[in-house]
Amino acid sequence: MATQKKSNIHILDGNQAAAIAAKLSRVQVIAAYPITPQTPLTEQLSQYVEAGELQAEYVAVESEHSAMAVCTSASLVGARAFTATSSHGLAYMHEMLHWAAGARLPIVLACVNRAIGAPWNVLNDQQDSIAQRDTGWIQIYCRNNQEIMDSVIQAFRIAEIVHVPVMVCYDGYILSHTEMPVDIPDQAAVDRYLPAYQPHTVLDPSNPKNYNLVTLANPRVGVDGKLCHGYMELRYLLQEALQNSRETILQAGREFNEVFGRDYSDMFWEDREDAEITIVAMGSLAMEAIVAADMLREEGIRVGVLGLRVFRPFPKSDVVRALRKSKLIVVFDKNISYGSEGATCSEIKSALYGTYINASIRNFIVGLGGRDIKARELVDATKKAIASLKETVINPDYPEWICQI
Amino acid sequence: MGTRECNHICDESSPGIGEAGITGEWRIEVPSIDEKKCIPARSNKPTCFLCWLYCPEAVITKGIPPSINLEYCKGCGICSQVCPVQAITMLPEEKM
Repeated sequence: MATQKKSNIHILDGNQAAAIAAKLSRVQVIAAYPITPQTPLTEQLSQYVEAGELQAEYVAVESEHSAMAVCTSASLVGARAFTATSSHGLAYMHEMLHWAAGARLPIVLACVNRAIGAPWNVLNDQQDSIAQRDTGWIQIYCRNNQEIMDSVIQAFRIAEIVHVPVMVCYDGYILSHTEMPVDIPDQAAVDRYLPAYQPHTVLDPSNPKNYNLVTLANPRVGVDGKLCHGYMELRYLLQEALQNSRETILQAGREFNEVFGRDYSDMFWEDREDAEITIVAMGSLAMEAIVAADMLREEGIRVGVLGLRVFRPFPKSDVVRALRKSKLIVVFDKNISYGSEGATCSEIKSALYGTYINASIRNFIVGLGGRDIKARELVDATKKAIASLKETVINPDYPEWICQI
Repeated sequence: MGTRECNHICDESSPGIGEAGITGEWRIEVPSIDEKKCIPARSNKPTCFLCWLYCPEAVITKGIPPSINLEYCKGCGICSQVCPVQAITMLPEEKM
């Protein structure tokens, strides 16, 4: 594919970047319900449709549950479908998230990460999307607005190859309402990168079909005499699709680089020579971790930064490779699995089990409900983790919290 | 034998008889029509057929007497309840 050489840089906030990306992806059906901080994204998309700039059906639904139900139906009959939500809206959508994944529909959802009540809070953390971890969606987290733009376009490509819906997550306000330079891809280049959606199911009145009816536990013989999957075989196929999607995700990133000149993988690895300490973070926090790593280096402490981009499927082998030299891993989570620890910390520990890497792991819960995270706080937490290495406990049971209690 | 050859990635089927499998296997009671009581059989006329009308599985065929497809009859007993002359009795399923 020919490379798009000319850059077209505009100053955009994250929601504008996502809206433009959906438009460039030529979405055909948008069903969304406004919720802070996602609202400007849906407003922008409805304006595109109203102005005739985007040939799509904008369905103003009465809830997020309906939004995903509309996207599911639209996708099943062959339309490229897009929605966006945050926080309580995503929670309300929960049931239909399972449905979209179980029906293997390549819907793309922009999740503008926001804290969840009680108590009410409209500011950022990642509890909303982490709580949807087990719905069968691929989850991609963005560090900046350029990544939002590029990830939405890539998400459609990935979803339509592996037939799994993709959630593109980005931090509310920190990215959604913060402007930064974004290179807007050329429409012709996006069209080359993202061919028209080919549905795996074609509804045709002359050849009636049932989809996703009551499916018994065991395989059964269909009216055509062939043995059909039972419920459990279909669940296995969804897991298999996510297990095998790594290569598609990497390929979508490589091919994106060929066309647009920006490379993407399943994670970002800021390697520092001989660094035995690694900071792990996901989303915009990964950018701040790089600032913290630079500050630590000025003090003579060498640390690497692992920024998680793809949370589902979790890139176990790539993470293990990135952490191979680590003696201390400091994981910052903007979510908490109550009674356990941060979700990414659990994933890191799980990935390292059975490998030769016997690193100490320290988990810090940060930034919940929009609590500001200063680079200095990441530096101090990392130093505290280093000091704690003298303790006999390699992996404490529970995380520490950076808050004032 | 596995289901790998089934090329569907979500549940997909065609509408048709037996789509949900041999549902007659679910039955614990089997309906039995007493032709001495059954109105069409007794009068030799195509009449009544309330059992046909009320059968939720559409496994009863209008006839003299009506016939029940036991491959798919789940044995719910609605036919025996709606029969105005109590011609249909639910008997224990022998294969149990």
